[in-house]
Amino acid sequence: MNLGAVQAIYISEMARTKRTLMQSVISPVISTVLYFVVFGAAIGSRISEVDGVSYGAFIVPGLIMLSLMTQSLSNASFGIYFPRFTGTIFEVLSAPVSYLEITIAYVGAAATKSIIVGLIILITANFFVDIQIQHPIWMATFFILTAVTFALLGFIIGIWADNFEKLQFVPLLIVTPLAFLGGSFYSINMLPEIWQKVTLVNPVVYLISGFRWSFYGQADVSLWLSLVATMLFLFVSLAIVHWIFKTGYRLKA
Amino acid sequence: MAPILTVRDLEKTYEGGFQALKSVSLDIREGEVFALLGPNGAGKTTLISTICGLVRPTSGSITVGGHDAIADFRAARSLIGLVPQEMPTAPFEIVGDTVAFSRGLFGMPPDRAFVERILKDLTLWDKRKNPIMALSGGMKRRLLVAKALAHEPKVLFLDEPTAGVDVELRHDMWRIVTELKEKGVTIILTTHYIEEAEEMADRVGVINKGEIILVEEKAELMRKLGRKLLTLNLSEPLNAVPESLARHNLQLADAGCKLIYTYDTHAERTGITALLKDLAEAGVRFQDLQTDQSSLEDIFVDLLKKG
Repeated sequence: MNLGAVQAIYISEMARTKRTLMQSVISPVISTVLYFVVFGAAIGSRISEVDGVSYGAFIVPGLIMLSLMTQSLSNASFGIYFPRFTGTIFEVLSAPVSYLEITIAYVGAAATKSIIVGLIILITANFFVDIQIQHPIWMATFFILTAVTFALLGFIIGIWADNFEKLQFVPLLIVTPLAFLGGSFYSINMLPEIWQKVTLVNPVVYLISGFRWSFYGQADVSLWLSLVATMLFLFVSLAIVHWIFKTGYRLKA
Repeated sequence: MAPILTVRDLEKTYEGGFQALKSVSLDIREGEVFALLGPNGAGKTTLISTICGLVRPTSGSITVGGHDAIADFRAARSLIGLVPQEMPTAPFEIVGDTVAFSRGLFGMPPDRAFVERILKDLTLWDKRKNPIMALSGGMKRRLLVAKALAHEPKVLFLDEPTAGVDVELRHDMWRIVTELKEKGVTIILTTHYIEEAEEMADRVGVINKGEIILVEEKAELMRKLGRKLLTLNLSEPLNAVPESLARHNLQLADAGCKLIYTYDTHAERTGITALLKDLAEAGVRFQDLQTDQSSLEDIFVDLLKKG
């Protein structure tokens, strides 16, 4: 295992975060605080409790998940797309580095960043509402699994995309709607019955449900179903990454 | 001594069906400077990229320092440094960091003193804290050399190191190559500037349409294929080549002031004696004479025509 290489890529990716602190850390935090103020404070004050939790507190796990997913996606996709775009990827591909190491380094760095952002949001939210975390270990599990899974998905997008438009396409047109409709801001019990059923095909529902359960012990779907869905998502992403490197797709002629 | 790099029956057909390499076999000796010559699209970059792991070979084998480039890619690639033809750089990265990054990528422990020495050798030390986008084109090229040398490779590939650079930088590159050779680094460079091969290479390989059509010691190649020109500066200009000299295939140049005779240095008879005798008989007088060895460029153009 070429740990030196993993470390080198990881450090260089994290250095990129430092250089773009505004874009990578501050801007997602600000936008989340805005969500929080609008949905939590302004509108939320008119909404009664959801499953015995104040609306403001109820949306916190959803908000964290939302930014965890979008941040993991954009960090990871940009992290691998940019060296492809500039051509500097040649260096990584010609180095004595295995595919596994490349993936661990890029995905690890992207997941780390989004986890940092998620934690900052959690701390910020704590100033506005009372948050309780009933099952911290489960919370950490869903937190990390989601960050890694979406970083993997972003990594795939960053390899698949051959222009900046495609890079934005999946996050903007697929993942963001799924995240919004996946119960970030509401419990699916609040939907008409037919939509409750339709919503179940949305994989994000399971991620948010499990994560929210770890906070308040309330879930839309069973905890184990959430865990299975998350793991399934993770393995599908891993399988695609494996296929990419096996075939050299978009990386090697 | 076993070659440091062995390429056997290497073929590459791209997805679109274009065959870039046709059964290429090549041995590179340790410590030599090998120039790979060829016109654009001949397969130079594909060959290098395949050796370095950027392009997957369709068939054939590559061994670097005895290690198979695919089965044992870690050991093989550790020995190789690559300076690509385009200058891909990450604009926002810091010069010093990016060299340290390259070293880390090859699993080498951080070594500040070594990175400092490389940056100083390539006169980039003053720029170590600048972002790459602040560098000039020449500095970027030197930076890519620094990055390729950061892990102390034994084999260095320079893909068109002097394409589109000014004279000063070109001589800079030549100096760098000479210094590396002295340190025992094996250098393989591609170029379509013959002058460059002539200046630096120990051996020359010519690739055309995906095939290696010739590999030869540079000196031998120039001797073997070299033609020489004998130029006579005439005392009085001639309107035409005299009839009696027709069999020598002479050419008049410089408004009839010069007669040029072409001969083959490795032919049994060069014909010079006969020519001089005929000249005297024809009463052609000359003030001066000189001979010129044909350059590698002429040899190269000849080869490509035959191919």
